[in-house]
Amino acid sequence: MVRRSLTGWGRTQASVADVVEVADGQAAAAAVATAGSRGALARGLGRSYGDAAQNSGGLVLRLSASASEVVVDTQRQTATVPGALSIDELLRVLVPRGFFVPVTPGTRFVTIGAAIASDIHGKNHHVDGSFGNHVETLDLLLADGSVVTIGPDRNAELFWATVGGMGLTGIVLSATFRLIPIETSKMVVDTDRVPDLDSLLAAMSEHDDDYRYSVAWIDLLAKGRHLGRSVLTRGDHARASDLKDCDNALAYDPRQIISVPALIPPSGVLSHAAVAAFNELWYRKAPNHRELEEQSLATFFHPLDGIGAWNRLYGARGMVQYQFVVPLDRDDVLRRVVELLSARRVPAFLAVLKRFGSGNAAPLSFPMPGWTLALDTSSAISGLSALFAELDKLVLDAGGRHYFAKDACLGPLTAQRGYPRLAEWQATRSSADPHRRWQSDLARRLQLLGPT
Amino acid sequence: MQNAFGEPQQVLLLGGTSDIGLAIVTAFQQPTLRRVVLACRDVAKGEAQASELRRGGAEVVVVVEFHGENTSSHQSLIDSIAGDIDVAIVAFAQLGDAELTTVDAVAAAELCNVNFAAAVSTTIAVGNRMRAQGHGAIVVLSSVAGERVRKANPVYGGAKAGLDGFAQGYGDAVAADGVHVMLVRPGFVHSQMTAGMKPAPFATTPDEVAKVVIAGLQNRRRIVWAPRVLRPVFSALRHVPGPLWRRLPLQ
Repeated sequence: MVRRSLTGWGRTQASVADVVEVADGQAAAAAVATAGSRGALARGLGRSYGDAAQNSGGLVLRLSASASEVVVDTQRQTATVPGALSIDELLRVLVPRGFFVPVTPGTRFVTIGAAIASDIHGKNHHVDGSFGNHVETLDLLLADGSVVTIGPDRNAELFWATVGGMGLTGIVLSATFRLIPIETSKMVVDTDRVPDLDSLLAAMSEHDDDYRYSVAWIDLLAKGRHLGRSVLTRGDHARASDLKDCDNALAYDPRQIISVPALIPPSGVLSHAAVAAFNELWYRKAPNHRELEEQSLATFFHPLDGIGAWNRLYGARGMVQYQFVVPLDRDDVLRRVVELLSARRVPAFLAVLKRFGSGNAAPLSFPMPGWTLALDTSSAISGLSALFAELDKLVLDAGGRHYFAKDACLGPLTAQRGYPRLAEWQATRSSADPHRRWQSDLARRLQLLGPT
Repeated sequence: MQNAFGEPQQVLLLGGTSDIGLAIVTAFQQPTLRRVVLACRDVAKGEAQASELRRGGAEVVVVVEFHGENTSSHQSLIDSIAGDIDVAIVAFAQLGDAELTTVDAVAAAELCNVNFAAAVSTTIAVGNRMRAQGHGAIVVLSSVAGERVRKANPVYGGAKAGLDGFAQGYGDAVAADGVHVMLVRPGFVHSQMTAGMKPAPFATTPDEVAKVVIAGLQNRRRIVWAPRVLRPVFSALRHVPGPLWRRLPLQ
């Protein structure tokens, strides 16, 4: 057990916890039994931006897993995977065998347990939904040390409370989920430069369903008639017949190209001018329209994983990501948010717009049919807190909500408004963990566990 | 819990009627702040301040009775506060009668008991709580008077010098447990404490001190000066030879 200061990927809100490395579920159960009043929490790879994987003053469990434990059922097209295994490690097993994960976020460095706990979504949400939709069963370590196998057909209430439950129902020891069969490790991608927000929304509404994967990068610094100019990339897994060269069609070995050194000045390097220049370049370098470009899985899904520790670029004060969703018919709110961000000159380096499909049965799952915008920016920008509060109000008034895995800014009231089924989730959660063994800094900040 | 901008949800003000302390609490007031605890000697006066804060939009303001010299009550008082304490401000102090404390041994010891012993005791009581919760910030109000103690008020200055030194060492002791101790060295501040006194050069206001404190907390500074210019000024004054220092008009 080591007392360590932890942060999320945004490197804000450091807090200290007793970190315990555990080899398996049994060791995890033994450690959880020793937890004091500040409780315990499993932490994966620390890629959630805020405080979701922190438990100040309490226990933080780090489980280990090996790719050799993965069992692939090629007939049923499913895999049974340890909760602590990352998508990165899993893909190195799956891709050469002709399978892909049902959902991947923008980074491979996410564990399966966290993928379920955050009910992650990816570029295929409009077609395939979020990660929880693909889970058949999972083994959950409960607060009392017992392990239950649950799924949509087996203790469904606890299962859906675990999906999107931010690790506060227990620890996912392993999960069985459906896979996407692939013929190659390549993607065929169409890229379009879109001059403004209206054209972007129209393009996504009309043609998203022609593609399995679709996402737009959006330049939030563009103004006036360029407001919301974007680069829209859409694609699908390449079939063997799509490839010019079919040797080693399933080869997969993504690598980190460079890593950001620790020697970044405290103020970071992503000033307004730097971000504006980057955005201009990014937009200009994109083709007006390009079809059927062959891209690697890593280039298409996980471009930032090529740069190690890129979060350091934001300097000592760290960064925040703001991600929300508003219903499809409230694109007026999306437009207002984009206008406000542009007018206040928020230097958003990475801003991504995606059209979500249907949500699922989980009370705390983030996606709902609508538009989701995610943007990264430095947390040191003055007035950002007040601006986010203004955006929160617009989003919540429109019936939208925010994504807990990215959040570092909300309070209890805004969380409650965004998730009207929170009380239902709390009831399920507390019957599985009446003594509040599972806790996190996110849960404390948003009072997710409810009144004592 | 604090959010990504370092905005606290619960703030504890020790010295609940201190002008500087209240200015800091007011500067924290935004939707994130949910609960303020004012710990003060004079509960009635504290309640008046609480009403003021509520009028300004504070969600919950609680007043608790607190006596600096009663050091044996400090830990239990701090432990009775519900929820995580995100920021605690150690703001209570007395100026004392400079002439009296320079000649009266009992009066001098009493002033030290409040300005030094009680400040140390409450800082440790809060620190224990924050070490257990794994996060939190303690703002300790020192003074430039402690940076180089003047003959005009040696007991007040000496107690502040002691507190200043303690807080630096204590901050290093608890840093590994996630607790951030920040020393504030204000110059002359227009407040109840200094009412009727002739302002010193670079005089400032509680609101200006509060701004410096908020910025310092966000940047996790160990020491901040208010106004900032006092840092170079005192770094020069620190090196003035003793015989000359004794004769300087600022005495």
